[in-house]
Amino acid sequence: MHREANRAGAGADGSAIMIRIEDLHRSFDGVPVLKGVSLALEKGELLALIGRSGYGKSVLLKHIAGLLRPDSGRVLIDGEDMAVLRGSRLTKLRERLGFLFQGGALFDSMTVFENVAFPLREKTRMSNEAIRERVMEELSRVGLSGAEEKYPSQISGGMQKRAALARELISEPEIMLFDEPTTGLDPIFGHAILKLIDDLHRRLGFTGILVTHEIHKVFEIVDRVAFLHEGRVQAQGPPDEILASEDALVRQFVRGEIEGPVSVE
Amino acid sequence: MGLFLAQAVFYCLIPPVKVSRLVKQIHFIGWQSLVVILLTGSFTGMVLGLQGFYTLNRFGSEAFLGPMVALSLIKEMGPVITGLMVTGRAGSAVTAEIGIMRISDQIDALTLMGLNPFRYLIVPNLLAALIALPLLTAVFDVVGIMGGYIVGVKLLGVGSGTYFGEMANYVDLSEVAEGLYKSLSFGVIIAWVCCYKGFYTGIHTGFGAEGVSRATTQAVVFSSVLILVWDYFMTSIMF
Ligand SMILES: Nc1ncnc2c1ncn2[C@@H]1O[C@H](COP(=O)(O)OP(=O)(O)OP(=O)(O)O)[C@@H](O)[C@H]1O
Ligand SMILES: [Mg+2]
Repeated sequence: MHREANRAGAGADGSAIMIRIEDLHRSFDGVPVLKGVSLALEKGELLALIGRSGYGKSVLLKHIAGLLRPDSGRVLIDGEDMAVLRGSRLTKLRERLGFLFQGGALFDSMTVFENVAFPLREKTRMSNEAIRERVMEELSRVGLSGAEEKYPSQISGGMQKRAALARELISEPEIMLFDEPTTGLDPIFGHAILKLIDDLHRRLGFTGILVTHEIHKVFEIVDRVAFLHEGRVQAQGPPDEILASEDALVRQFVRGEIEGPVSVE
Repeated sequence: MGLFLAQAVFYCLIPPVKVSRLVKQIHFIGWQSLVVILLTGSFTGMVLGLQGFYTLNRFGSEAFLGPMVALSLIKEMGPVITGLMVTGRAGSAVTAEIGIMRISDQIDALTLMGLNPFRYLIVPNLLAALIALPLLTAVFDVVGIMGGYIVGVKLLGVGSGTYFGEMANYVDLSEVAEGLYKSLSFGVIIAWVCCYKGFYTGIHTGFGAEGVSRATTQAVVFSSVLILVWDYFMTSIMF
């Protein structure tokens, strides 16, 4: 339902834009990674971010979360620039945001249970019983009941990913950034996690960006797709449009063909 | 780096302190270093007893073995060797732990939860080092003096009364205070250097396991050198 407005210049009215990225540039050690990324997400929209490995998808997410600073350009979250905010206003903005890191980023000195409970313990005044109930509920949703007393090093990469997802979702953030939520999961769990994200998206209406290489399954749950290539958003639009794109580059990418404008060297 | 220390001190002074993390780090930096300190302390004291005895013997003044051993330990050997040992045993682990948290995005995750990584990671280490170092140094001094006693009195035949009696005559509180100040400042150096190197793993050292190992090596070397250099300046100021 948001799609029309998005296509027509990414919400020029500005009122309902949750994430706005303006001409973002960033290089590492003189090597440019982002070369003028512009993108806008409406409140409640779920966007799939696709692109080749090593082309800066994770870097882009970290800029959105304010963890990296752009060389030029800006990122506005609900109208506020994280790079200039300080103190309690920055903390407030960060608390509205959930970030599933590519590697999970579970605290390895804590058990799965403690990890998932951590945001509630630190940031709310919920009683221990209430926290316990919420954590167990969240863990069962990601299929981790029974693993709560294990340490991150004792569970598989896929389980770590799911535990990390539970930790991010437990505080029901308004904005969710998922860095490859299904990579490393078996197809069944991968599907289940996408369904979970879809359900929560419908229920809570968060604004989200989902970085993925699993084009077909993810395209079923997102509102829009953006294709990041050579430091820019080369194409964006509703999933069906991207799949049917005439652009040689986009076609090659979504079909995973070896022959095309991009060579595999 | 100076800014890093200033920030760490700032968050030390502003509550809340994460007590459970602090207790954990005191256990790690202090308690778990105890065996190493007992071993190095007793052997340092014993070798001081041995060397001291033969040196003093030449001047016929073995009677001063007690104060010689005690003063060497309290003013120099105790704080310095304790500092070096804790750097090697606990400081390196602190750098590695924080460095791994950095490269696996755990520090970023903490930040995004609206929690201050200084409060969670740096402050507990700094306070734990400040508490643990003087205590470990005191243990080092005591077992060192006992080590000197065993060699000097039991093996080489200095009188037991002479050993402790002369010690009481020559060692006063200002010397003990000098050792205390040194150990406190070494605690700051260890926590500061080791946390800093861990916290900025990746920025100067490259990412991945190699980055962590390089950061750890740098932390140990830099902290050890700084302890010895700072020791020289403190000694020259306090005389
Ligand atoms: N902190 C950093 N310091 C230096 N270079 C970095 C840093 N973070 C990322 N890079 C570089 O930026 C480029 C993009 O990395 P990024 O992790 O964003 O890729 P990606 O699109 O997420 O790839 P993948 O799909 O494999 O996760 C890489 O070449 C990487 O080496
Ligand atoms: Mg990535």
